[in-house]
Amino acid sequence: MPAWMDKISTGKQKSAVKAKERLKFVLIHDRTDLSNETLDKLKNEILEVISRYVNIDPNAVQITMNQDGREQRLIADIPIKSQSKGRNR
Amino acid sequence: MAATIITVTSGKGGVGKTTAVANLGVALASNGSKVVCIDGDIGLRNLDVVLGLENRIVYDLVDIVEGRCRLKQAMIRDKRLPELYLIPAAQTRDKTAVSPSDMVNLCEQLREEYDWVLIDSPAGIERGFKNTIAPADKVLVVTNPEVSAVRDADRIIGLVEAEEKGPAQLIINRVNYEMIRRGDMLTSEDIIDLLAVELIGLVPEDENVMIATNRGHPVTLDSKGKAGRAFANIAKRLEGQDVPFEDFEKKDDIIRRLSRILKPGGE
Repeated sequence: MPAWMDKISTGKQKSAVKAKERLKFVLIHDRTDLSNETLDKLKNEILEVISRYVNIDPNAVQITMNQDGREQRLIADIPIKSQSKGRNR
Repeated sequence: MAATIITVTSGKGGVGKTTAVANLGVALASNGSKVVCIDGDIGLRNLDVVLGLENRIVYDLVDIVEGRCRLKQAMIRDKRLPELYLIPAAQTRDKTAVSPSDMVNLCEQLREEYDWVLIDSPAGIERGFKNTIAPADKVLVVTNPEVSAVRDADRIIGLVEAEEKGPAQLIINRVNYEMIRRGDMLTSEDIIDLLAVELIGLVPEDENVMIATNRGHPVTLDSKGKAGRAFANIAKRLEGQDVPFEDFEKKDDIIRRLSRILKPGGE
């Protein structure tokens, strides 16, 4: 494909859309004063605690920071496996 | 009736606080109110210049606070309007010359006789901001549709809440409808979505603003152009009227189409 067609095919995102995405990210982190690193630690520790009580699949877990008006929410969506912990298969 | 004390702030510098204070002052005074504008940017004063009153400064805010003059002696009356006054900032001092309680005391002295006190906050989040926030009944945050301005506005809105002066209301200044149409500028919906505050004003980018500052003749004085009208609308909303946000873009389109018809051969 010629180079000029690349731009069309990649569907170059409008800069305002990009600006909004970046601001969303930046504002949440500015407001909560949580660096990415700290947030990762937080997520891992949450998983660790929960997996002491129930079986979870870490890959299916979603922990995100969302904006709710002027407030921030940490939202954890953690699918729990039906087998109870400790039972032999 | 007691005055409403409004502080106009932003975090980011250069977004249009001083322009907003000057023009809102003019608009409110044009509607018959008694208005005092106070320049809180000690050391970097500009409200005087934007209002075109720079030649009339005798005393300033710091002179009042330090007792070198009476309050009224520092108030410059704008001769173009019935009751618009300016208390200029000092130029050769800095923000530490005045304290938040000084500002509260000063504003209390103005409350009874006037309808509006508009305070021009400096940029930043330090002493100057704290000084100008202290007496506020209401806070207006000015921003531009631009990433760093919006980020700083968010911080300021948070600080205003922390000082228990919230919720702030937002003025989005320097809106460029052409860029919005191309998808290269944040829309007011985007910005309100991110900041989660109430919008009180949308002011389009308008060359007339610089021309006005060049002359010391605020745009709202003749309601000249789009920005002038936008500030007039904000003043009406402050007074409690429900003014829909003008679609300056539509008007732009019509004017552009008309001028193409009248000037064959294009612009």
